[in-house]
Amino acid sequence: MPDFKRPNALIDTPTHYCPGCTHGIIHRLVAEVIDEMGIEGDTVGICPVGCSVLEYNYFNCDMMQASHGRAPAVATGVKRANPDKFVFTYQGDGDLAAIGTAETVHAAARGENITVIFVNNAIYGMTGGQMAPTTLPGQFTQTTPYGRETSREGFPVRVSEMLATLDGATYIERTMTVDPKSIATTKKAIRKAFEVQKAKKGFSMVEVLSTCPTNWGLTPLKALDWLKENMLPYYPLGVYADKGGNV
Amino acid sequence: MNKVLMKGNEACAEAAIRSGCKSYFGYPITPQNEITAYMSKALPKIDGGVFVQAESEIGAIHMVYGCAGSGVRCMTSSSSPGISLKAEGISYLAGADLPCVIVNIQRGGPGLGTIQPSQADYFQATKAIGHGDLKIPTLAPNSVQEMVDMTVKAFEIAEKYRTPVMILADGLLGQMMEPVSFGNIKNNAEVYPYGANGHGGKRKKNITNSLYLDALVLEKCVNERFERYTKIVEAETDAEFDKDADIVVAAYGSTSRVVKSAVEMARAEGINAGVFRPKTLWPFPEKQLKEATKNAKAVLVSEMSMGQMIDDVKMALEFKLPVEFYGRQGGFVPNPVEIFKKIKELGGKY
Repeated sequence: MPDFKRPNALIDTPTHYCPGCTHGIIHRLVAEVIDEMGIEGDTVGICPVGCSVLEYNYFNCDMMQASHGRAPAVATGVKRANPDKFVFTYQGDGDLAAIGTAETVHAAARGENITVIFVNNAIYGMTGGQMAPTTLPGQFTQTTPYGRETSREGFPVRVSEMLATLDGATYIERTMTVDPKSIATTKKAIRKAFEVQKAKKGFSMVEVLSTCPTNWGLTPLKALDWLKENMLPYYPLGVYADKGGNV
Repeated sequence: MNKVLMKGNEACAEAAIRSGCKSYFGYPITPQNEITAYMSKALPKIDGGVFVQAESEIGAIHMVYGCAGSGVRCMTSSSSPGISLKAEGISYLAGADLPCVIVNIQRGGPGLGTIQPSQADYFQATKAIGHGDLKIPTLAPNSVQEMVDMTVKAFEIAEKYRTPVMILADGLLGQMMEPVSFGNIKNNAEVYPYGANGHGGKRKKNITNSLYLDALVLEKCVNERFERYTKIVEAETDAEFDKDADIVVAAYGSTSRVVKSAVEMARAEGINAGVFRPKTLWPFPEKQLKEATKNAKAVLVSEMSMGQMIDDVKMALEFKLPVEFYGRQGGFVPNPVEIFKKIKELGGKY
């Protein structure tokens, strides 16, 4: 067994994330993949607006902070001018699926050779728990105090399924990080997404279902259960696009 | 030097490429489409050339943010409604101290307005181009030749002071054809050392960012930026003007060409009129205006708007001289006779 230590791509510093939040796990998985592929010096990460806005303090690679929702456009600018570098965005559901819908859809449609890490926790975390485009029907949030009413607030967006319809989207997988097995699956998906980028085969995205114990008003463990009971039926796990062949 | 006949829009694009700008991100909007079309044709033929037609003006300006943030010279262009959409990105570019060139081929507004020429975005460009405490140097060409010269200059200023720079032209300048020389434009593009493009294990990591949650740090950051602005005011403010005129007519861009004809008509009738023409709108040439109006009795400002630069003229003159206005809107370009009549009126009044 190798020693369990912090990946080199992660800076040894405390994060601002709430206890029980799965951002820490997902950061670590991205960093492990960067380490294993030996690409830290060739990688540029794009932070969103939202809980992971301060991510540039946590990764050791070059980082950029993008305006709300625009990370895929920023990534496009970096990647087109530096086609041999690895570029990833790390975005939440409000950033990616509401204000940044156009940037996300068109980066995928253009087949931009970037990797998107999409952390879906069905709520706006940073601003205090408002309804997100991925908030489930009936879910209570600060702006759906009576529960999300689909006749009034509409329906959640299934981003992976939507993007998978685009020819430019090469690899799309939805995973979660609730136990060792699903964490291993998520890491494999992130590795695959980066390998697709390395092979210059186009747009790759891993949607990771995530918890927000603070804004869901649940303990970290109960939040994991809530994810499995409520999010999984609406957002089934699996590979939605795999057009890159073996990479 | 050989001259070629070109549209202002095309000349601007060619000048950018010759100066070493190999990356362009844009979105179609009239009357600037020739810039985007020119870039789409020219850049793919250049080694490392990047052309992207973005999904929106917002997408385009944030691609510029990414490209400039990775250390690579780049630009975008648009027209008035599109510039409103770019406002967010311009603020982020300023906040992250990133150089780039933004061309605004102005059309009439507000709203969808018209595709005809206008100068109604003066306030937007010089006073409120985005949220937060920021300025962007704004250059105002008045010929196709200056579309070339100022494009080259814009990249120099942008990179020297680490700031977005705007070329504020209008539909007339973008569309009209004039003989133009590209002289000896040097390709002097270099990768910015602060670009986030992969540290390669050779340097500390670079971060492109405009977020400073610590008030002390943000205040220091803004103060440092304003020190750079002071240097821009000292070194880059530019205007051309006639000396010792009784009636000074202030105008920029296309309107300054019309004003020149009107002033010549006035002089032929014995009125001592002169032209004051800012070449930079921010910084506004206050000292130059004071010099131009040393012996003046009155100032006339002419713009293709309801009067926007006139505020800067009044403030620069500290409200000590009578300042009147003649403008057209809706896509009209004022004609020399209209302005001449107004000069004559001022000549009789003051």
